[in-house]
Amino acid sequence: MGSIPDTTNDPSFEVPDLTSKAISGNRAIFGKVLTVISGICVALLIVPLLLLLINIFDKGLSRMTPELFTELPPPPGLTEGGIGHAIIGSIMTLAIGAAVSFPFGVLAAIYLAEFGRGTRIAYLVKFSANVLTGVPAILCGLFAYSVVVIPLGYFSAFSGGIALGVLMLPIVIRSTEESLLLVPLEMRQAAIGIGATRFQTIMKITLPAALPAIVTGLVLALARAAGEAAPLLFTAFNNSFWSTDPRGPIATLPVLIYFFSIIPYKAQQELAWAAALVLIVIVLISSLLGRMFIRSKRI
Amino acid sequence: MTSGTDRDFASSGKSLDIYKRASTARILDLGFWGLTLSLALGGGAVLIWIIFQTAIAGWPAMQLFGLGFLFTSSWDPVNNIYGVLPQIYGTLVTTAIALIVAIPVGIGTAVFLTEDFAPKFIRTPIAFAIELIVAIPSVVLGIWGIFVLIPTLRPFFRFLNSSLGWLPFFGGGAPRGNNLFLVGLVLALMITPVIASLTRSTFEVLPSELRQGSLALGATRWETIVRVMIPAGLSGIISSIMLAMGRAMGETMVAAMLVGNANRINASILQPGSTITGLIASQFGEAGRTQVAALMYAGVVLMILSLLVNIFAELIIRRYQNIER
Repeated sequence: MGSIPDTTNDPSFEVPDLTSKAISGNRAIFGKVLTVISGICVALLIVPLLLLLINIFDKGLSRMTPELFTELPPPPGLTEGGIGHAIIGSIMTLAIGAAVSFPFGVLAAIYLAEFGRGTRIAYLVKFSANVLTGVPAILCGLFAYSVVVIPLGYFSAFSGGIALGVLMLPIVIRSTEESLLLVPLEMRQAAIGIGATRFQTIMKITLPAALPAIVTGLVLALARAAGEAAPLLFTAFNNSFWSTDPRGPIATLPVLIYFFSIIPYKAQQELAWAAALVLIVIVLISSLLGRMFIRSKRI
Repeated sequence: MTSGTDRDFASSGKSLDIYKRASTARILDLGFWGLTLSLALGGGAVLIWIIFQTAIAGWPAMQLFGLGFLFTSSWDPVNNIYGVLPQIYGTLVTTAIALIVAIPVGIGTAVFLTEDFAPKFIRTPIAFAIELIVAIPSVVLGIWGIFVLIPTLRPFFRFLNSSLGWLPFFGGGAPRGNNLFLVGLVLALMITPVIASLTRSTFEVLPSELRQGSLALGATRWETIVRVMIPAGLSGIISSIMLAMGRAMGETMVAAMLVGNANRINASILQPGSTITGLIASQFGEAGRTQVAALMYAGVVLMILSLLVNIFAELIIRRYQNIER
């Protein structure tokens, strides 16, 4: 370190002032103003979110009783009642959607991650899945309407499930593929090296290793579909009564919120807020779980 | 699957029938490959199938109304005359309002989260809160809009109308609770996190030499952000804006619940309007045959708009990623 010339006693050398005070007034003000503006931007995003959460807990919590989950909504003008039929309907349509999209999407992702890496087919499938993610949810509903509802001639839980399945499919494909790509290549090589076939490698090594990540992706896809009302409006439609018939129209939570919030009955509006609280809690829990998982994976 | 083969080998005591085993394994391998390949192709084809089905279902209306559908502003189930001009107008206006609000706020938020203006224990919850907004079901934002936002914002709308009413887009009669501006604001709340998180990840993948070089040349932190980081990340920012735009155009429940569904073109954004998605959601339940076809035609219009935006965004992302590598 002795190579640095000693300038402390050299009058011709001026030590440059590198502290922030050296930055001229205008530039400092420019920086301060922009810092404040970016802080305001964050506030513009966070404050409405906090207000929304406070409002929903405030208005929905009073109806959080056991009856909410076990009873039907009351006739117009009366109070009490619950949204049990819509919870069952949501579970049914989601189950049908999952039954359609999970095996389909996971197997397609296995091709993308295990067999088709870098091929033109994989590129096109990924491109199409990415574009499909951006397709408005209501178009998944129009699709299911023209593929299922028109040929069958009636609204049904089944067609609602198909619409949700189409909605979930690209999310399932993408998240599963990413999970599989996280599995180190060496694990596959080791399996092949001791004589396993490709099928054995995938079933016994790659899939089990990626399983937690895949399941996280599937849960997030379900959470996303659970909140969608648009594709269900003209597929599952709505129902005011208990129903577990996949061939008949069925009530779901998001559609119930939509219909109950635009009619002028107080009990129905309260139930809509309670249903909104149920949905928000589902979303909160699933994104917390997903986030915790991603964090634990990083360590 | 293979444990059976192994057990056969162990119990039979015969020599290792490696050829037999290899052939069943090979068939299994090939079959599995074929299955996953066909499903991958199927997954890719779903997009084409959706376009195809919607187009077929809307075909009668396309024949009947032709391109005039796009320039007609009546929705008349009694006389079976349909057109979506007001809806296209409403979709474009609400999307534009959403983008005008969301682009600066989203980029500002992204900068706040990338640079260390705040300690990590403040930034992490903010980042989580932003992800949370993306996950909130739009129908929940809709009910919040009806019962909380409209009463809260009504004085603000009145103020805009009375003080800036000479501007055509704030003018018109007394402002209504359900209006295009309100929808634009709620859409902005939905798409700002999209812009913020994608812009943030764009900043994070930029080579750190860019920032270091700029700082070393004596630029302040903000000069580095404005003159180096944002220009360098521009393609990423643009693609995030395109994706957000696609979201705003296709969002249904917020529009259906808050836009007012008035089938006319208002110069004023403080008046009710209509969007393509809101039209489909509100009319489908009681639609007859021709009307269903017309709604499907409207769906095709929406599909084309959102496909253009999405494919454009996707292509920018691909090109950008290639440069990065």
